[in-house]
Amino acid sequence: MAEEKKPGLFEKGGKLYWLHSSIDAFDTFLRVPGTVTSRGAHIRDAVDLKRVMILVVIALVPAALMGMYNVGFQSALATGAAWGFWKMFWYGFLRVLPLFLVSYIVGLGIEFADAQIKGEEVNEGYLVTGFLIPLIVPVDLPLWMLALAVAFAVIFGKCVFGGTGMNIWNPALLARAFLFFSYPSKMSGSEVWVHLPKGQAAVDAFTGATPLALTDEAGRHTVDALNAAGWDWWSLFNGLVPGSVGETSVIAILLGAVILVWTGVASWKIMVSAVAGGLLIGWLGQLTGATDLPCWYQLLLGGFAFGTVFMATDPVTSAQTEKGKWIYGFLVGALAVTVRFWNPGYAEGMMLAILLMNTFAPLIDHCVVSAATRRRNGKTQTA
Amino acid sequence: MVFLRLIFLHLNMSNSIDLKKGLDIPLKGAAARKVIGTAKGDVVAVCPEDFAGFAPRLLVREGDRVLAGSPVLADKSNPDILLTAPVSGTVHAVVRGEKRKLLAVTIDPDPTCQYVEFGPLDPAAAGPDAVRDLLLKSGLFAAIIQRPYGIIADPSLKPKAIFISSFSTAPLAADSDFALGGEADDVQAGIRALSCLTDGGVHLSVSAGNYAKSPFHKLEGAILHTVSGKHPAGNVGVQISHISPIKKGQTVWTVPIVLVAAIGRLMRTGKLDLLRKVAVTGPAAEDPAYVEALPGTPVSALAAIGEGVRVISGDVLSGKAVGRDGYLGFFDNQITLLREGPEREILGWAKPFRPKIFSASKCYFSWLTPGKKYDLDTNVHGGPRAFVETKCFADVTPMDIFPIYLIKACLAGDIEKMEQFGIYEVLPEDLALCDYVDPSKNEIQAIIQSGIDLMIKEMA
Repeated sequence: MAEEKKPGLFEKGGKLYWLHSSIDAFDTFLRVPGTVTSRGAHIRDAVDLKRVMILVVIALVPAALMGMYNVGFQSALATGAAWGFWKMFWYGFLRVLPLFLVSYIVGLGIEFADAQIKGEEVNEGYLVTGFLIPLIVPVDLPLWMLALAVAFAVIFGKCVFGGTGMNIWNPALLARAFLFFSYPSKMSGSEVWVHLPKGQAAVDAFTGATPLALTDEAGRHTVDALNAAGWDWWSLFNGLVPGSVGETSVIAILLGAVILVWTGVASWKIMVSAVAGGLLIGWLGQLTGATDLPCWYQLLLGGFAFGTVFMATDPVTSAQTEKGKWIYGFLVGALAVTVRFWNPGYAEGMMLAILLMNTFAPLIDHCVVSAATRRRNGKTQTA
Repeated sequence: MVFLRLIFLHLNMSNSIDLKKGLDIPLKGAAARKVIGTAKGDVVAVCPEDFAGFAPRLLVREGDRVLAGSPVLADKSNPDILLTAPVSGTVHAVVRGEKRKLLAVTIDPDPTCQYVEFGPLDPAAAGPDAVRDLLLKSGLFAAIIQRPYGIIADPSLKPKAIFISSFSTAPLAADSDFALGGEADDVQAGIRALSCLTDGGVHLSVSAGNYAKSPFHKLEGAILHTVSGKHPAGNVGVQISHISPIKKGQTVWTVPIVLVAAIGRLMRTGKLDLLRKVAVTGPAAEDPAYVEALPGTPVSALAAIGEGVRVISGDVLSGKAVGRDGYLGFFDNQITLLREGPEREILGWAKPFRPKIFSASKCYFSWLTPGKKYDLDTNVHGGPRAFVETKCFADVTPMDIFPIYLIKACLAGDIEKMEQFGIYEVLPEDLALCDYVDPSKNEIQAIIQSGIDLMIKEMA
């Protein structure tokens, strides 16, 4: 005889069913759902969004590790301490860890609450966003500011639109923009990029400014100015310079780029065209005398590489059409460097360039799709 | 002579379509090229649900005698369109489902089949009206699918052209060179008959890979196209979009090659003979090979069905799950047996390797084992999410459309946008691979079908 099974605590009809969004999130995190296909294709690919998101996180790991090491390295440099490799890394790890904790606890908390209210499954999009945010802020950012920014980004950048996949702007960049405009003193200048141990002052020669800020101030002979501060192109490339936690090491970012491009999670077209756009404007800047910095330095400075690889390529907020991706990426790169040259207020243009192009991505797609549809319908008319 | 022949071949080859996009899913269980018998079921069913847009009116009662070719059901909106019995026998039962919906009329078959004698017909001499009448009377008009919308054809229309794909690229699909190789004369007669019904000609596409060996490349009276590429290159919808895209107000007809042969046999012999070689395939099939069977034969007569196995009439992407008590579909010459996959894999998505599951994306490592065939099951491998990664749709859709925009237009129910983005050109089967590859696990075919249903409603 078929006995009617009593519903479990969290199953429909159970006492704690209202908690099912959160319980499902943990449950499906540990075990793949047992759902079988009911309509459409009877078999499905192994890949799901959890896999896609975890791959992005893996691609971010080199930049994060390098960032942690660099935090320790810069502190040692600033205080003149003679630390070994592991000491520097451990020091940086302890400084960066709270940023990650706050980012994930606040962000995931809101995501869970949101899913709970809507009665939907929890999106895994925040796995990536939560990893990105600590990497694009200064290490000394007060944690309460970070918490506020995360809350703003998740609520107003994602939840109000309906969650991952529906948002217009990259949520991580939105968090950064929030901080940038609300607490500019904690997000720019020469004080915030390097963590100094309590009670210790920097050694005299140490400036604490980022190389990018320096290029803005230097005026002429920028390369010499960078060299004078102790940075050649190689240090910009390997990332042992002050800056946001994860943005400095172009090597580590390139490692991530290889993973993203190979797995197809991020579009190489956007990356290539962003680099092309950045180089072109960098070159024009040289021609017009806006700077005397060789254009390829633009790719090594500031958040250009990080933004190009991890932020501009966000599949949700970037252009969706293949032609649109070329246009979108190019404009991201071009605008970022344009802002660097011709906007004295902001040393860094990447964040604003990407957010602006996020806004225009649907328009770019609209133009691409309309043009293709017109061509297609013209073609079918004559057939 | 040889030279001339080469030139001729070259001219023929000039209608070649080379498709770069698509995906062949490496599924285990392809049918061996051998026929292991003829499936005889206790009953043979006529299932009106096989025919999209057909509203059945019952013409027989339980206990009535029917011959192969006797009318069983008529379309309520167009009573000329008939569904006929594929065998002779006694009407066994009228099977109804919820709200008395007519699901099947089952027939107890006679030991030896007797046919309604329609009399042979020479299409060229008899003319289009006679051909149409014979097709309607015999029930084979229902074999014609009308596009847009993929519904049963309207006999009062003259289509722009008729399209036939001589091959299928769907996973484990029957190899038509083998399954229909011996029926080239029937196919030829079928093409002659169909070409009466249109001024635009009959377009026949042949797989470029075995073009020279194909029994179909010498057929006359059809405009030949060679097509190469991965699935869905063999889908007639994809081929139409490259040969002559359907624009608003146009209709084209398509006929599956299996039924072109049946139409040809009808013209040559005057009998309705729907017997076909059916590929029994799939990872859960014990002995994947070909079985001769009529449409409406119980699937249990075609293959041994184990526990926890899903039976699909058709292929694994667009076929219909008919259950172990189901019947072979009218249009199908393949059944696929697939393990259900309700097991929950621990930390599946986080494992570096999942060697048992194929992934077309490089997020897993299936690309390391390109020749491997997989025993896939019906597990979805994830929960439903909003669209995130959408390039994958375009990668498996070799048509001049933007799949994600069409899908979103269907979701929004925006008629104008659906038209713009190509709803007239597609059937769910043409976007079936989108179902498969989507990491967000959306039901793309269902979405497209809902768009098509809306179009039918609004355009009526």
